[in-house]
Amino acid sequence: MLGLNKKDSTLLLIVAVLALLAPFILNPFPEGSSLAQFNAGYPDLMQRFVIFGIFAIGFNILFGLTGYLSFGHAAFLGVGSYAAIWMMKLLTLNVIPAIVMSIIVAGLFALVVGFVSLRRSGIYFSILTLAFAQMSYALAYSVLTPITGGETGLQLKATDRPLLSNLAEGEIGRASLFGVDMRTSFELAVGDWLWTFNMGYYIAAVVMLIAFYVSMRIFRSPFGMMLRAVKSNQQRMNYTGLNSKPYTLAAFVISGMYAGLAGGLMVAMDTQVGPERMFWTASGEVVLMTILGGAGTLIGPVLGAGLIKYMENIISKINSGILHEWFAFLPDGLEDALVFMVYPFIGKGWHLTLGIVFMLVVIFLPGGLVEGGQRIARLFRKKKADTPSDKDPEHHPKPTPHVAE
Amino acid sequence: MGILEVKGVGKRFGGLQALGDVNLSVQENTVHAIIGPNGAGKSTLLNCLVGKLIPDTGSVMFDGQSVLGRKPHEINQMGISRVFQTPEIFGDLTVLENVMIPCFARRDGAFRLHAIGSVKSEKGIMEMAETMLADVNMLEKRNMHAASLSRGDKRRLEMAMCLVQEPRLLLLDEPTAGMARADTNNTIDLLKEINEKRNITMAIIEHDMHVVFSLAERITVLAQGTPLVEDTPENIKGHPKVREAYLGEAH
Repeated sequence: MLGLNKKDSTLLLIVAVLALLAPFILNPFPEGSSLAQFNAGYPDLMQRFVIFGIFAIGFNILFGLTGYLSFGHAAFLGVGSYAAIWMMKLLTLNVIPAIVMSIIVAGLFALVVGFVSLRRSGIYFSILTLAFAQMSYALAYSVLTPITGGETGLQLKATDRPLLSNLAEGEIGRASLFGVDMRTSFELAVGDWLWTFNMGYYIAAVVMLIAFYVSMRIFRSPFGMMLRAVKSNQQRMNYTGLNSKPYTLAAFVISGMYAGLAGGLMVAMDTQVGPERMFWTASGEVVLMTILGGAGTLIGPVLGAGLIKYMENIISKINSGILHEWFAFLPDGLEDALVFMVYPFIGKGWHLTLGIVFMLVVIFLPGGLVEGGQRIARLFRKKKADTPSDKDPEHHPKPTPHVAE
Repeated sequence: MGILEVKGVGKRFGGLQALGDVNLSVQENTVHAIIGPNGAGKSTLLNCLVGKLIPDTGSVMFDGQSVLGRKPHEINQMGISRVFQTPEIFGDLTVLENVMIPCFARRDGAFRLHAIGSVKSEKGIMEMAETMLADVNMLEKRNMHAASLSRGDKRRLEMAMCLVQEPRLLLLDEPTAGMARADTNNTIDLLKEINEKRNITMAIIEHDMHVVFSLAERITVLAQGTPLVEDTPENIKGHPKVREAYLGEAH
């Protein structure tokens, strides 16, 4: 199907079905029940799942395939966002030109940053990209205030008059796709359950599926093989008559374009942007997502992005009142003690939980969540029969450094 | 005129004159060995030929064109392949992919953005690689990870990767260094076979006299950065200067 082998087609199909049915899958608990706080099926969070999924897929093309660890990818996301909001302020409220523009601008910026940063490899490359991203942040925050809105960022305002959109005097524009507002939602209630189907989410999900498909094709292409060769042995590559530089630069620009696409989509959803989007913690987050899910695997980055965004939004919502409710069945003293112990890990302490999860994954599952899945699948397969499996050799998480000799 | 002409090459590292004034001519379709004691400048010379180092003086001409100032991948595209002292292969990739990469390099040049087509649909490249693997008796290992191969197989694979490019000159940097006797003999047989079947010009840098005298048709002896003699193996064996360089003047 679509030039993919059977296994990849199945994976794409599964991701497509999950993405389309996400409003159901992420809202498994009835409204008003005590478990409703674990529901993640509201539009804002679902949009973030797929947008950060795209960001991580793109990052994985660089980091997962070539092994070059960029610590400044949020800069491309931010630049894409600024490009998109300016398109909406000046040209049209339709999201398509905005998204296209964000990809182009981020790609050009990545070309410049990549050209300079790729002169070095390893830690020096990471530091160079980090420096570029922090410079971009500083520029957006202060020096370029007329273009970026400085600390407050940019939003659509009543004074914005996009060329191609007819707005009434004083009306604030809203992002749309050929006239359909991105915020349009359709709610379906069955019994106590409530499901929301949001226009913006579905547009982002379709874009994510296209982005995922393109990354699959890149992984399976001769270009993808060359990128893995860069990671494996650059010296041999050069002595085989291949110039590794344009390969890494192309990978860098492609992943920068993915980041720009994610930034453009963010603006298409909430029509605002601020410099904090380029801060170094945002760059670090995408690194965590990719490693947590499984660097170098196809689906890993999406899983990692989903897990981190879920924890950020759901665990941070739990407060001590909710904890007391959970442990109410215990004797008072024990209840207080348990709440006291768990409290640092919830609410604002969700980073602590994330850190522990990250450490556990890196130590016990160096191939990320995907490796975890593979181990479970292998357990089941072994129980069924002891026949050798015909695994696709291309779709391996990289062997763990401390196990390889 | 040889296919490779080295004239007056000198290289200095700080206070150390690694290469003095090296002249060397490798004739087409011969196996030419460069031998010498430790520190004679063998590896420095080789690195000057493949673009890793740029000599301070002299010229290196390959097939009438200068290689100086060119990058390693450009020199490879001219027709010089190199085998390393420890096999340099793509450990994370499968054996078949390892051989496919030089096939791509040969067909598409140093860079081609070929990002959407599938590797599996490249039938011509795949066939070329599989034929090569069959030639070195590694076809049944084609789906193994290259890193999991034995040392001898890694060497064999690296050789296959170089040969599939059909180079005009194959440079070998101590191809049997650190190998057990059996592996060494296997490598000698492999190289003999390559030389007979494919008629590839080879320049070998080697420590092991057994290897050198089993393969080479011409030998250049290097000592302290300058060539002492260049002759046939028979004449080199009993040459007083060579004995002196290897065993020291006291003998």
